[in-house]
Amino acid sequence: MNLLWLQSAGCGGCTMSLLCAENPGVLDVLDGAGIDLLWHPALSEATGAEVRDLLADVLEGRVPLDILAIEGSVVTGPKGTGRYQMFAGTGRSMLDWVRDLAPLAGHVVAVGTCAAYGGMTAAGGNPAGAMGLQYDGALEGGVLSPDFRDPAGLPVINIAGCPTHPNWVTETLMLLVDGVISEHALDPLGRPRFYADHLVHHACPKNEFYEYKASAERLSDMGCMMENLGCIGTQAVGDCNIRPWNGSGSCTRGGYPCIACTAPEFESPRLTFTETPKIAGIPVGLPTDMPKAWFMALASLSKAATPKRIGTNATSDRITVPPQPKREKT
Amino acid sequence: MTRLVVGPFNRVEGDLEVTLDIEDGRVRSAQVNAPLFRGFEVMLQGRDPRDALTITPRICGICSISQSAAAAFALADAAGATPPPQAQLAAAILHGVENLADHVTHFNLFFMPDFARAAYAGRPWHARAVERFTATKGSGARAAVEARAKLMHITGVLGGKWPHTLAIQPGGMTRTPTLSDKVRMGATLRAFRAHLEQALFGDSLEAFAGLTTVAEFAAWSTGDAGLFLEIAKDLDLAALGIGPQRYMSFGAYPMFNGRATKPGMLSEGAVSRVDPGDIAEDLTRSWMLGDAAHPYDGLTEPDENMADSAYSWCKAPRLAGRTAEVGALARHAVDGHPLARALAVEGGVRARIGGRLLEIARTQIQLEDWVRTIDPSAAFMSDVTLPQQGHGVGLVEAARGSLGHWVRIEDGRIANYQIVAPTTWNFSPRDAAGQPGPLEAALEGTPADGEDATLATQHVVRSFDPCMVCTVH
Repeated sequence: MNLLWLQSAGCGGCTMSLLCAENPGVLDVLDGAGIDLLWHPALSEATGAEVRDLLADVLEGRVPLDILAIEGSVVTGPKGTGRYQMFAGTGRSMLDWVRDLAPLAGHVVAVGTCAAYGGMTAAGGNPAGAMGLQYDGALEGGVLSPDFRDPAGLPVINIAGCPTHPNWVTETLMLLVDGVISEHALDPLGRPRFYADHLVHHACPKNEFYEYKASAERLSDMGCMMENLGCIGTQAVGDCNIRPWNGSGSCTRGGYPCIACTAPEFESPRLTFTETPKIAGIPVGLPTDMPKAWFMALASLSKAATPKRIGTNATSDRITVPPQPKREKT
Repeated sequence: MTRLVVGPFNRVEGDLEVTLDIEDGRVRSAQVNAPLFRGFEVMLQGRDPRDALTITPRICGICSISQSAAAAFALADAAGATPPPQAQLAAAILHGVENLADHVTHFNLFFMPDFARAAYAGRPWHARAVERFTATKGSGARAAVEARAKLMHITGVLGGKWPHTLAIQPGGMTRTPTLSDKVRMGATLRAFRAHLEQALFGDSLEAFAGLTTVAEFAAWSTGDAGLFLEIAKDLDLAALGIGPQRYMSFGAYPMFNGRATKPGMLSEGAVSRVDPGDIAEDLTRSWMLGDAAHPYDGLTEPDENMADSAYSWCKAPRLAGRTAEVGALARHAVDGHPLARALAVEGGVRARIGGRLLEIARTQIQLEDWVRTIDPSAAFMSDVTLPQQGHGVGLVEAARGSLGHWVRIEDGRIANYQIVAPTTWNFSPRDAAGQPGPLEAALEGTPADGEDATLATQHVVRSFDPCMVCTVH
């Protein structure tokens, strides 16, 4: 299979993240899966006229296009023209290019939250008119229609994340090559379920603090960041704490909250990214699949039962009270 | 005279289009267009100032920590706060790792693959360039990708992930490193040193960092650096792409004990102080409305009609009315490293790559030293209250050069936020006085004839390691 990768209006960070893939690295994955890189803006030799010739070959059907990967939102401004991003050297907007190329592709992959839903490029009033490929924020229909389907019947595959995890991309590509991605393999927002069926909360190292609602009060505290610091890992999809980032990391492992970067409109939080909005002292946005009254009842019980170790460590920037395992009597 | 439009211009970060006017086989004049506008400065208006820490790193996926650091410094400046010394050290390590990784990415994936092109078949070094640097296939490129991914484990430890971390805050770092983190980071750096000494330099980092003259540098024959210098000699890359030869640096890694490299402006052999008050962005040839202004008063209002009098979304920053070249070469020349000073006089493609190689060696050594001095028992965070009214500036050095964030806060919200990025300086369009940007100046006179007319131009452009997503933001 071949792969054409274009960068529309984004930061290029999903490619940079992809280069962090390990065991195997991204170039080995592509080779091993038999994916031939038609062109990638950061990796390929071809530039200028060489690329324009290749694109002409694709448009005119001389070169088949198996997978089209778009990284970055597509800007529609100013005034619907798309001229905030002219695809260099071609005299045409990226908006036009994406609309022309998508129907020719065997599969269309949106790499990252910008390409999927608009993402950060659509923040703060969306000055450039940024949209995702098949979504405008949470609304169906982006620069492609809600009805868009590839020849295999799949919608745009949204590998959302800001950035997206390198293995979310490599595994999606390998699954596409194997032909095993059906509509059932995608969640209702088009994200591959192999990572979207997990929550960022799963395997979060702060889970013991969460159990007791032992909360961090400031960034760098070890406690759970849900009550005060804006963490929405209990509602955000992603296996970020199950498979590490860059060797051993994740946002919550780094001591800062999950901002649900895999979700549409994460760029526009209710308050600010690192502070939990509250009504009458109660955080809004509790876990969605649990009755609120039960959550509150359990939270107040567990808070009351918080061991000193957990309560103290929650507001410390390092373990100050270690666990004290029981010694067997001799 | 013929006109040539080069685009899509790849193996640069982001979107770039270069228009060349060619006469008698040489570039007579060039226009550099940054063809993407997203409007980050507009997005930030009216928001909680803390949001800048989440939003501005997402300007750029390759200089993300640089943007983070500049935002954190700008907010800390507005609050009159200083993070604890150890937090500054940890932030510098995180930032240094990004800069180091960026240079290695540039050399192996962006710059060197051009010498593997078929157009150079027959040159004595071509077969080796093909073996090492053919795009996506070369053994050197592949080894570099692998080593870089491992180096980034330090960003996993200190930053949670890369790119787009929230770990750097105005008050310090969100994660307190442990003793085990410290020894693991040390081990990661040792592995990266082994890679650099084996593949890139073919000798010790100290030997390369200790070079003092252009003659010694040009005679370096080991590792991929040696291959580059052999190519540079054959193609006379020293004389290609000479810039304005005014070099600016804000000074890298601001810390409790000063900046790790000195700030200043190097021009005609003398270093003078950089007064950030002398910076203004000219909009004459940008698709931006308004007048030239200092960043505190800067306006970002795109011209929806894209007037014919302009040709780029990039503003044209000037220091006291003059252009400045920024980047690794500028940083180490301003800092006073003898080789960098000598290369600054040379000022072309070879000098820029040399500046970056020098910085790779010096940064790796510096990082090892910093990790050794991390003290996990110290404080890594302090409480900071942002003001309801105020202003602040964050000046850092990203891999590609000087990066500044200027923020004004009114009623607890962002009233204005302006960003001037390294490639905004290097790839700026002309200004009211008709002064070309540094790349535009460097391209004048570049050979542009024959079948591969744009090849030399490509070396010049990539020697700057442009980051176009930062440029306009």
